[in-house]
Amino acid sequence: MAELTYRAAVAHGIAQEMARDERVVLVGEDVAGAGGVFKTTVGLLDRFGPNRVIDTPIAEQAILGAAMGAAMTGLRPVAEIMFSDFFAVCWDLVANEMAKTRYMTDGQVSLPLVVKTGNGGGLRFGAQHSQSVENWAMAVPGLKVVTPSTPRDVVGLMAAAVRCDDPVLFFEHKGLYAMKGEVPDGEVVDELGTAVVRRTGADATILALGLMVPRALAAADELAARGIDAEVIDVRSLVPLDTRTILASVAKTGHLFTVEENPRLLGWGAEIASIVADEGFWTLDGPIQRITTPHIPLPAADSLEDLVLPSADRIAATVEKSLQT
Amino acid sequence: MTGRMSLPLATHAYGDHPPTMPPADPARGDAAAVDPATRLAMYRMLQRTRQFEKRAYDLFMRRLVKGTTHLSLGMEAVATGFGTAMRADDYTFATYRGHAHTLARGVPMTPILAELLGRANGLLGGKGGSMHLTSVAHGVMGSYAIIGAHLTIANGAAWSAQYRGSGQVAVCFFGDGTTNIGAFHEALNYASIFRLPVVFVCENNLYMEYTAIGDVTAVPRPAADRAAAYRLEPQVIDGNDADACYLAALDALERARSGGGPSLVEAVTYRHGGHSRADPGKYRPPGEIEAWLGYDPVTLYRDRLLRLGVEDAVLGGVEREVAAEVEQATREAIDGPLPSPDSALTQLWADGGSQWRN
Repeated sequence: MAELTYRAAVAHGIAQEMARDERVVLVGEDVAGAGGVFKTTVGLLDRFGPNRVIDTPIAEQAILGAAMGAAMTGLRPVAEIMFSDFFAVCWDLVANEMAKTRYMTDGQVSLPLVVKTGNGGGLRFGAQHSQSVENWAMAVPGLKVVTPSTPRDVVGLMAAAVRCDDPVLFFEHKGLYAMKGEVPDGEVVDELGTAVVRRTGADATILALGLMVPRALAAADELAARGIDAEVIDVRSLVPLDTRTILASVAKTGHLFTVEENPRLLGWGAEIASIVADEGFWTLDGPIQRITTPHIPLPAADSLEDLVLPSADRIAATVEKSLQT
Repeated sequence: MTGRMSLPLATHAYGDHPPTMPPADPARGDAAAVDPATRLAMYRMLQRTRQFEKRAYDLFMRRLVKGTTHLSLGMEAVATGFGTAMRADDYTFATYRGHAHTLARGVPMTPILAELLGRANGLLGGKGGSMHLTSVAHGVMGSYAIIGAHLTIANGAAWSAQYRGSGQVAVCFFGDGTTNIGAFHEALNYASIFRLPVVFVCENNLYMEYTAIGDVTAVPRPAADRAAAYRLEPQVIDGNDADACYLAALDALERARSGGGPSLVEAVTYRHGGHSRADPGKYRPPGEIEAWLGYDPVTLYRDRLLRLGVEDAVLGGVEREVAAEVEQATREAIDGPLPSPDSALTQLWADGGSQWRN
């Protein structure tokens, strides 16, 4: 067992896979010599050499095209899109090519590739370097979508993503890079499509993703002090989605809250709310409530950003008010 | 007609820069430039493409081909020349106008035609359609219908070949309109800096879709005039001359295979019809189509083979055999079953299904 930061866990997870499979290669802007602008790929160039760890020009379409063409011809590339906001300049590759090619070719083409990216807010980077865009990916059939919230999950889900024969978008939360956590010794391999119950509770189910997981856990502590026993589920994987764990929890607590960093409309929680309304309606004791960022771009000023992102206090207050009415 | 003649290019298509074709290499019309068996094989491929595309058009008019379809009538020599020069394990990346490039790698007609008709015996089980023809078993790694992206994907296949040391080359076909989209420029720079074994083939048919390429491009040669920016040799070839395409392909493939990096080849050609089935092509000036019909790649090649001493009866035999192949493919496509309803929900994921939840 070793304590690693979330950012070091990213490199650790990629190294674990590169060491066991020489088809795994890493490509992106500043990922080699600089070790990544977020230092998530430190040491990989030294260990695996310039044929496997490659610095590219600023050319997101070229990066993702290279990853896709390599994946369809025998490699298992990991590509980095530095900020998830930059998906907007290469979304053709993601949504039209990677996502659809297996289906359109009736299974002739496999795309075992991972696109890792720095996602989310809280770092005062403003509206174009802070977005949470997992729901963009979730909306496109053919993409698998994961967001780890702990160093251990970074390693395990990265391994699962690299070993998956489908394209996986791997959303690292920038606000968690400095977080420390225990990572077991030896190979760590997790499973896509599995949620994890981080805290068990009887009174309310709180779903969260990425940076919102520690905030939901902090909210649960606040709620406990007020006599409310909340269950916190780390959704981790939006596609595939572990609806079984979610529905089972709601059946137990009767109350569902989603905590989403994305702007309001069509966040991932809306889809889950719809599923629970369809399939868990008679287990509910109150309305499903979504706790999100307002439907605005993220402001840069720290005071404003803190105001609009869901906070532990806002989560706790929303849950408490809902359960009291 | 010989390969030396200058092409009847539309001057308006190049604005203030009326182009002239570079003088064709005289050797390209010579007996020794290409061996007789290869020439006959190329004639067969020209015929297969020509007759296939005419049949696709007819079936569209009979409302058996749905949606849209983009034909290579008039442009058959490029796919034929490059397809013939490629090694069996090389990779082809084509566009929505990809029937010819798929045929040119040896894919049989029936599954292609059945795909156009949306049948279960189609190349993609009816799930891709005319614009996405793919046959990995033949090295056809896909036809891509949104221009630009597939140049970057071809780079990836070339990178993989380079990494694995396989000696394979990726050949990526695209139209003149693609040269104005960002991915074209990202892909060329990327291929150049990593010396990737990739050959980019611009089929310059003078019109992006309905607009003359010269009216929307800053330089007269949409591909070749951009080459220097990526440390590549500007190359313009006669895209209606199958021999010229074949010989240019051999050069570029050898360069790529021997570590010399990418090539960018601009093959000047002309589509006899409109951009797609929705387009009658009426924006083209009077006389232009007729001039190009007089420089038809199939007729040009037939005349050359006759001049080189091939018996007319031999060529006639090829034409009849291809006609029979088209008839058989048409029957088999029309008789093909519709896709099973279940197939709509298969092959989203590598496990063969489309489940997104448990």
